[in-house]
Amino acid sequence: MATVVAVIASTHHPFYYRASTATGEDRPPFADEWTSKILAFRETLTRARPDVLVMVGSDHFHQLWLDNMPQFLVGKAPSYDANWYNEEREFGLPRMLLKGQEDLSGHILRAGLDSGFDLAFSNELRIDHSITCPIITLRPEADLPIVPIYTNIFAPPLPQPKRFVQLGEAIREIVESWPSHLRVAVIGTGHLSLELGGPRQFGPHGPDPEFDQRAVEWIANGDLDGCLREVTLDSLHSPGNATHGFMDFMLMMGVAGAGAKADYVDTLDLFHTMEAYFTWYPNGAPAA
Amino acid sequence: MSKYLLNKFLFMVDRDPELVERYRSEPRELVAWWEAECANTVLNCHTGEASTWLRFDDVEREALATHDHVRLFELGAHPFLTLTLFIALFERDNTEPLEYQKSFGARLAHFPMPYPDIAT
Repeated sequence: MATVVAVIASTHHPFYYRASTATGEDRPPFADEWTSKILAFRETLTRARPDVLVMVGSDHFHQLWLDNMPQFLVGKAPSYDANWYNEEREFGLPRMLLKGQEDLSGHILRAGLDSGFDLAFSNELRIDHSITCPIITLRPEADLPIVPIYTNIFAPPLPQPKRFVQLGEAIREIVESWPSHLRVAVIGTGHLSLELGGPRQFGPHGPDPEFDQRAVEWIANGDLDGCLREVTLDSLHSPGNATHGFMDFMLMMGVAGAGAKADYVDTLDLFHTMEAYFTWYPNGAPAA
Repeated sequence: MSKYLLNKFLFMVDRDPELVERYRSEPRELVAWWEAECANTVLNCHTGEASTWLRFDDVEREALATHDHVRLFELGAHPFLTLTLFIALFERDNTEPLEYQKSFGARLAHFPMPYPDIAT
C-alpha cells in the first residue's frame, strides 16, 4: 500500500512569488526573512522524498462558480493547467502545467464515495494559487504528479468545520489504502485570520493576532478537540471575513490525526496576514 | 435583490481584460451593456442557451454604475470579488504600495460586525 510520508499544512500567500523574486528597490524589506523560512520549510518536504502530492486547496471563484458549486471536489485528469489571468494581473504568478496522478484520483473518488463523502469530480480543472502557491514554495520544480482536492471555504452555505476534519481523516485512510508502492505527501493550504474586501484588510498584521496564536497552537499540538470546541461557521466571521479558510487547516489536522503534534512549526508575522507552516511525519522524521 | 447577479457581474468582468478596461472608463455604459447582453448567460453551458429572468434592481445597477464598492458591501456582494476587480480598476493609480487597498478598507470602517450577509 501507499505510504503517507509527510503531511503539510501551510498558508498560501500569493505575494510570495513576487516578493521572493524581486530585486533591488522592488524587493520588500521582509523578503529575505520570508525566503529563508520558506527554504527551511521546503526542506521538510524534500527530505520526505515524495513521489506524489495530494494537494488540498480552495478555488477562488476561478473555475468553480455559484451556478454549480461543489462543496468538495477531486480533480481527475492527466494534466492541470494552473493560474489564471487575474492572478497574473494581481500577483504576477506564472502560468504552470502540472501532471496529474489519475489512478490515485480515481481511488480517492471511489473510496470517498463509498465511505460517505459525495465528492464531486472534474476531468478538466485549471487550478489556482491555493495549490500553486505551495508548489512554488515547497516544490518549485513542479515535477511531481498531483491530485488536487478543492474545498468550499468561500461561497456560503459551507460545510461544517467537523466535516473538513472528517474528510481529512478519510483522505489519510484512503491514501494509505491505495494499492501502490508510491510515497505520498498530503499538502493543504488555508488561512489564519484574514480579511478580504472588508474594513480590516491590509493592516500591519493579520486582523486577529490572538486568534492566530490560538490557531497555531491547535495545529501544532493536533488539538482537534479544542479547535472543534471553539470553531464554528459563525465564530469564524469574527477573526476576519475570509477566515473560513482556516477550515482547510482543520482538514489537514484531520489528515495528520487527532493529537498528532507537528514535527515542524514556523510562523512569520506579515502585514495583512500571518504565515504559518507545519509538517508532520506520520512514520517518524526522515534523516536530515 | 440579487446578490447572485451582482457577484456574476463582478466575476465576469474581472476575468476579461477588455471588460475591466471598459468598466474603468465607462462604468454606466458597461453595466447597461452587460445587463442586456451577459446577465442571462448560463456560464457552465454551451452557447445558445440562456436564462430569462435575471436583472438588477435600481439600487444594484446604480452601485455598479458608480463604482460604489461601499454600497456593494452593504448589499452583500462577495467582498473577494469586489476587492479583486476594484484592485484591477484602481491599483494602477497608487502613489505608494497598497494605497488603494488600504483606502478601500478605510471606506468600510463604519460597518459593525457582523458584516452584511453574503450568502446567495
